Amino acid sequence: MRFLDTLDGYSSDNPVVQGYEWLTDPQNWQGPSGIPVRTVEHLGYTGLTLLIALAIAVPIGLYVGHTGRGRVVVIALAGILRALPTLGLLTLFVLLAGLGLMPPIWALVLLAVPPILGGTYAGISSVSPDAVDAARSMGMTEAQILFRVEVPNGLAVILGGFRAGVLQVVATVAVVAYIDLGGLGRFLIDGLAVSDYGRVFGGAVVIAVLAITIDAVLAGLQRLAISPGLRDSRQQPGDWQTGSEPVTAGVQGGNP
Amino acid sequence: MAWLTANFGYVLQLAGLHLYQSVVPLALSFIIAIPLAQLARVNRTFKGFILSAGSILYTIPSLALFVILPAILGTRILDIANIIVALTIYAVALLVRSTVDALNSIDDGIRQAAVAVGYKPLFRFLTVDLPLSLPVLFAGLRVISVSNISLVSVGALIGISSFGTLFTDGLQRDFITEIVVGIAGTLLLALLMDILLVLLQRLLTPWLRSAPATAGAVTV
Repeated sequence: MRFLDTLDGYSSDNPVVQGYEWLTDPQNWQGPSGIPVRTVEHLGYTGLTLLIALAIAVPIGLYVGHTGRGRVVVIALAGILRALPTLGLLTLFVLLAGLGLMPPIWALVLLAVPPILGGTYAGISSVSPDAVDAARSMGMTEAQILFRVEVPNGLAVILGGFRAGVLQVVATVAVVAYIDLGGLGRFLIDGLAVSDYGRVFGGAVVIAVLAITIDAVLAGLQRLAISPGLRDSRQQPGDWQTGSEPVTAGVQGGNP
Repeated sequence: MAWLTANFGYVLQLAGLHLYQSVVPLALSFIIAIPLAQLARVNRTFKGFILSAGSILYTIPSLALFVILPAILGTRILDIANIIVALTIYAVALLVRSTVDALNSIDDGIRQAAVAVGYKPLFRFLTVDLPLSLPVLFAGLRVISVSNISLVSVGALIGISSFGTLFTDGLQRDFITEIVVGIAGTLLLALLMDILLVLLQRLLTPWLRSAPATAGAVTV
């Protein structure tokens, strides 16, 4: 390994070995800058961002999906927001609004809104118009149609967008450490600053494991939330090959 | 604006680096994903493996992957190869899935017709299956292109130059113009690449251009 040979504290200059030693050092698992506290910070930023993003994206997505109004605007806006560089937004918000918790959170909200909004809109508009017409002809009000027909039927896609948004935020919160906030990214940024590659590698592994765990939990919840009736009736013969799995992060193109 | 004109050469150089780091993974993923997708199509075990491996790798945050890769590849942490390999992994993970769907969506009658007129398997794949799946492939490439261009800037955090350098530098110097130029440059690159990909697709799939016209003519 052609790493800088700062051996201090480690038994090898191999970053994998150093990372393992860093991860198994009990000292890194306690105190205000230990892995558990950093993980809680990471999840805290993620949760706060998602709450705000959901409050913005879901109502708009439901409205646009149900009425079909403003479809073009939403799609164009989501495309532009997706192309915006994460790091650029974060630094811009900090320079405009100063350090502290909220400026980076707002930048993260901007990143989380497109996948959630896109997923909600796509989910609602993917529901068969026949089902909607049937509901209307039975005398359901528009609100009933939305919440009893369109939302349950489009839930797979809606949650797929939500999953992509969550992953996006979890990944980007790691970058937030660069602007003096906590979270697991601290291990990477601080480790790099002092050439402590054990900390860098160990921290990166913790972030990766956290992201994979969260995604797995969300995938499980997604499976539970979707009506079992839908799962069976939608499964037409030959349908398996076009991907019976609901829209995942990859398909949505949310970037990590 | 004065800053931009004074540093235009520097910005252009960063644009070049940025483009290089986002386009190379795009091209590599195209070359890697197609054979993998075809393998996945014929072998279901491999399909399960490659799709789940892909979605797990895709889940790893970029910053983490950028610094894990040097430990695995034996590259230096400042090596541009780390960014390229990381973005290629994301791109392949995304592209294999959509390519499998694209290849599966081809009408089996077309394949059988090609075999009947004497196409050998490889030749048939290259001249029938592949061209017919190009629209889906290009849709995937366009998504990847945008996300790559946005992700490359994260590399600046570990010291790899791109438009991202303007962000880290601008933050340190408290200089907003630099950041705005970086964001605008990134958006411009994403837009240019998207236009290029659309043009390339139109060039490669000429049969699609006439299709909507005839469909319209029929309904009228």
